[in-house]
Amino acid sequence: MLDLHGYGPRLLEGAGVTLQLALLSLLLAVVLGLITASAKMSRSWLAHRTATLYTTVIRGVPDLVLMMLLFFGGQIGVNMITDWLYYQFDIDIFININEFVAGVVTIGLIFGAYMGETFRGAFMAVDHGQIEAGKAYGMSNSLVFRRIRFPQMMRHALPGLSNNWMVLLKTTALVSVIGLSDMVRVASEASKATREPFTFMIVVALIYLLIASVSEWIFIRLQKRYDIGYGEAD
Amino acid sequence: MESLLTWLETQLADNSIFTLQTLAHYGEGLTTTVQLVFLSLIIGLIAAVPLAIGRGSRHAWIKWPIFAYTYVFRGTPLLIQLYLIYYGVVFVDGIQETWLWLILEDPFVPALIAFTLNTAAYTTEIFRGAIKSTSKGEIEAARAYGMSPGLTMRRIIIPSAFRRALPAYGNEVIFMLHASAIASVVTIMDLTGAARFVYARYYAPFDAFLFVAAIYLCLTFAILYFFRHLEKKLLAHLQPQTG
Amino acid sequence: MAATPIPLEVRNIKKRFGDTEVLKGLSLQAHKGDVITLIGASGSGKSTFLRCMNLLEQPDEGDLYVHGEEIRFKNTRRGREPADWKQVVQMRAKLSMVFQSFNLWAHMTLLENIIEAPIHVLGKPKKEAIEHAHALLERVGLTARANAYPAQMSGGQQQRGAIARALAMDPEVMLFDEPTSALDPELVGDVLNVMHGLAEEGRTMVVVTHEMGFARDVSSQVIYLHEGMVEEAGPPEELIGNPQSPRLQQFLAPKY
Repeated sequence: MLDLHGYGPRLLEGAGVTLQLALLSLLLAVVLGLITASAKMSRSWLAHRTATLYTTVIRGVPDLVLMMLLFFGGQIGVNMITDWLYYQFDIDIFININEFVAGVVTIGLIFGAYMGETFRGAFMAVDHGQIEAGKAYGMSNSLVFRRIRFPQMMRHALPGLSNNWMVLLKTTALVSVIGLSDMVRVASEASKATREPFTFMIVVALIYLLIASVSEWIFIRLQKRYDIGYGEAD
Repeated sequence: MESLLTWLETQLADNSIFTLQTLAHYGEGLTTTVQLVFLSLIIGLIAAVPLAIGRGSRHAWIKWPIFAYTYVFRGTPLLIQLYLIYYGVVFVDGIQETWLWLILEDPFVPALIAFTLNTAAYTTEIFRGAIKSTSKGEIEAARAYGMSPGLTMRRIIIPSAFRRALPAYGNEVIFMLHASAIASVVTIMDLTGAARFVYARYYAPFDAFLFVAAIYLCLTFAILYFFRHLEKKLLAHLQPQTG
Repeated sequence: MAATPIPLEVRNIKKRFGDTEVLKGLSLQAHKGDVITLIGASGSGKSTFLRCMNLLEQPDEGDLYVHGEEIRFKNTRRGREPADWKQVVQMRAKLSMVFQSFNLWAHMTLLENIIEAPIHVLGKPKKEAIEHAHALLERVGLTARANAYPAQMSGGQQQRGAIARALAMDPEVMLFDEPTSALDPELVGDVLNVMHGLAEEGRTMVVVTHEMGFARDVSSQVIYLHEGMVEEAGPPEELIGNPQSPRLQQFLAPKY
């Protein structure tokens, strides 16, 4: 049964690719999201405008179109830059935009925009008095950020973060279109070869549901941890 | 008309990619995308109303199947749902010999089915949330004034829930527009399909995809504008008045 | 001369929530023109009693007569329920309730709120309902706010609007559930004035309230509830002027 006409192991490998892709994209998205949130809250006009442009454009264009632009156009763009570096400075580097890199970068870029909104809202939800109290005790700005703002912000950010992760996970399926052998691609090839689409697609759907359920459980645990001190008094 | 075409042709003469022919491709793609998205949204919206009401039913045999449906369709990628239906139609033996094949042969129909099922699941949950958040007091007032449960649903709960669901539904519409790009995967010549065609033909990824991205961006703004306008009109009752 | 039926009568109402018996056999007769006020500390069951009268709460025991017609009950697995919901719907249309938190329908203008039930429950023609609504709005002093949404009105305006909505049903009996408790003190007066006027024109009313002044000046009968039982009942001059039970004396004593 688990052999799935010999496609079982490849499907499992594909699931591994999906998971790696999702986690790396999440990491990139969180970093970009934090930068975007700070830019949007900053007093610099340029930073604010750039961040707004980024979130607006990203949220206005389909994921798949961005992915194709980056995958098909990315290599040409990178080659143009490396060629220029070679002719100008004699620096010889070669950067290969493969499907995996294109996938991580695109998904990270897309969800960075969404994370930016999540983080901005969460930072603004932190009571200003908390920050003032930190400063009043002589904490530096970065210390206030690390020890007070960030942990408190996480509590407000987690629901949005969890939501973004669930959408991100499903978005990874798109990399199969640009040729990466994630589990959707494997299932699609297997469906065509065996003419049994239901078997493979249902298995993949179940794996997605499983990952989603496990993530949900983890997020509930995390939420409990960050909710410490905010529970109802009993 | 003739002179307009010649004028366009001269304008486009210095570039090799955006010829009248490729623009026509994008135009057809736009039509297909709009048709696909609009039809699936409309059918999904109509289906979501009874589903959302049923989702809150007291009877387990109504409530749980609907929950299972929305859970599965919201928890898995749309691409999988599309493949399942598209390949299911193409590969399942016997379908090709029946009258169904006449309808399903065009990939537009399986895609429409997948998109409709997907958006109906999301819309059901959006409405469900809005119905659940209806003020208990307003429902009680309806009961106290002799309204039957059916009348209360029709006159009080649904009109107020619809209005509250509007912002979330606007997001769903944009989501569907963007999600529809995967229709190109099953050989449908939608906007993204047109861009892929132009890319493959001229090997010009930036021109092909940036152009289509701009079209999507415009469509997104149009939808946003439409919903802002609608919200302003229909959610006026929630705004405290000034003056 | 045939006796006119009593607008509202309840007999021996009992109600429990889980293990707590909140109403321990309460009865009440509201004759035409009566203004009965229910007073008592919070938790005494006065609101629950009122809500049992139009079956927003289901009493576990007891009988209910509206305009002489008995409401029929049946026993189901979930407990005691009305046997005929159609009868309940008709009954509710004769008793209209004014709530503590107004409960105006937020997506409708005040005028739409007022004509909603007359049109869709009583089947009144729209034109007639609107004319009636305008007359009622004038009564409660809200002519200018006919097209405002509830969120755009003050609490006092909302409650007066809610009273107009109740009047639009031409009710046999009006039930008031602490109608001034959610209002800012300076807005209470307007609402009480409207209620005072209703009492004067001979409306039958059952009012749950904390406003002792209203109970004393307007009501024909005051019932003091304590832990789901009638502790003392009588005309206001006796009950408020000369309370017998020590608990009522304590309840009426100035709080400061």
